[in-house]
Amino acid sequence: MSDLTKLTLSDAVDALAAKKVSSVELTDAFLAAIDKANPHLNAYVVVAHDKARAMAKASDERRARGSTAPLEGAPLGIKDLFCTEGVRSTACSAILGEFTPTYESTVTANLWRDGAVMLGKLNMDEFAMGSSNETSCFGNVINPWRARNSNATLTSGGSSGGSAAATAADLCLAATATDTGGSIRQPASFTGTVGIKPTYGRCSRWGIVAFASSLDQAGPIAKTVKDAAIMLTSMCGHDPKDSTSLNVDTPDFAKAVGKSVKGLRIGVPKEYRVVGMPAEIDALWAKGIQQLKDAGCEIVPVSLPHTKYALPTYYIIAPAEASSNLARYDGMRFGARKPGKDLNETYEATRAAGFGKEVQRRILIGTYVLSAGYYDAYYLRAQKVRSRIAEDFTNVFATVDAILTPTAPSAAFALGEKAGDPVQMYLNDIFTVTTNLAGLPGISVPAGVDANGLPLGLQVIGKALDEETVFAVAAALEDAAGFTAKPGAWW
Amino acid sequence: MAIDENTVRRVAHLARLALPEDRLAPMAAEINGILAWIEQLNEVDVEGVEPMTSVVAAKLPMREDVVTDGGDPRKVLANAPKSEDGFFVVPKVVE
Repeated sequence: MSDLTKLTLSDAVDALAAKKVSSVELTDAFLAAIDKANPHLNAYVVVAHDKARAMAKASDERRARGSTAPLEGAPLGIKDLFCTEGVRSTACSAILGEFTPTYESTVTANLWRDGAVMLGKLNMDEFAMGSSNETSCFGNVINPWRARNSNATLTSGGSSGGSAAATAADLCLAATATDTGGSIRQPASFTGTVGIKPTYGRCSRWGIVAFASSLDQAGPIAKTVKDAAIMLTSMCGHDPKDSTSLNVDTPDFAKAVGKSVKGLRIGVPKEYRVVGMPAEIDALWAKGIQQLKDAGCEIVPVSLPHTKYALPTYYIIAPAEASSNLARYDGMRFGARKPGKDLNETYEATRAAGFGKEVQRRILIGTYVLSAGYYDAYYLRAQKVRSRIAEDFTNVFATVDAILTPTAPSAAFALGEKAGDPVQMYLNDIFTVTTNLAGLPGISVPAGVDANGLPLGLQVIGKALDEETVFAVAAALEDAAGFTAKPGAWW
Repeated sequence: MAIDENTVRRVAHLARLALPEDRLAPMAAEINGILAWIEQLNEVDVEGVEPMTSVVAAKLPMREDVVTDGGDPRKVLANAPKSEDGFFVVPKVVE
């Protein structure tokens, strides 16, 4: 078979099952593609050549013995936020040094249980704090997409920038990612890939480096809606090791892909038409609305009145939780230690040397909003506004089955363009952060390209635990859009 | 609620982050920029609204209070910056 790396996950799994290709062949094809592309894209921070080949060989042996595991032999990329036994896991932060876990995250363990092969660890913003993959201690990820007639390097989005870039550039069949404020969906939108954040609690957080625990949720970035559904089915499942893991059955999400959307009521929230949004995104949204109408959906104008407060709420809650979660990095039990003259100085020097600028800023904001005298004014108020935002969705979902919005307010921007102004950078997540606060599933589907030939995504938001409707609507959009554009392989 | 250099110094100490003196003023400016943007939350009527602490059921699951894992100090110490005889070695705490 030619061009093995261009296969979708679904087609690759079928080819492996039909023994048209072995996992070793497929894995070697990806490793060769990574070795060629990675010096240019910087998507992987660890390429696990030996482990990948060993896992592939073991998979081929299981296949020969009759294994029909759902991901048997499929090579995947893993975001560096997931702890992987024996393979360096640093959340792309210098403070973790050469940290090499002696245990495996539940989500990745689920993937290996289902037969998948790990190609390596993917670049990301440090501790998942960023929207452009510019805060990684291993350097920026370069988006495989370039604007027409331009050689300028663009961001792949963040924080799952490596996952998105690797999937778009055919450096894995699909990748794991995580989403605290939009970190799966915005990079997916920027790279012409599909990314879903499931309902909070679907994926175990055990073994995933914590950023903001009430918001963090894992999900896949994949080439198609069906691939995302296949991956997510394997990633999900109840885990007693995560007290917020939901004790519910995981449906076979792929069965929802291709299901008729006729008669579904789709909400279109007026508050997502924001000032300064490019006309092209508005037009793409209108096109998506028409496509769903043509597929038999009923379009319902809805209102989510507290939308504009979601980002400021997030920038209290997420830093507050992060400042608490990141207190564990003290240089005593793991990571890099920088000695000072006493214990306090050792802590302070270790943390100053190990954390990057954006992480330090968020720790300081989080510590401030939780400190005596400010807790009520900031943190408690933000938690109350969060209730309001969740209530908005409850009200709207009483009358609609899903909500359609743009994924991000722009296409991929140039590296460095927004690095100087944190608030401008934060605004990237304006359409995605609401579902984290409310715990709802949201998917980004590539829906078209802008005038410069760069991909743009649409987001489908669903009711809690109703990923099936989300996948059905996303597949209808994918079908109608017929998005086939790929980045030219300039690397 | 604008914050000044002294507040940044105090918060940095609370967070155990060494911040050089020349970074205090720029950091105060950056944080004030973000806090000014956050101030818009004061427009929201939150009278009688319960604070949301979790999106899943508030009742945490209980389990038997038994050891489920562990017993392998080598694994626990594998990533320690300094260890000796099965213990972490840390700076002197008690004077």
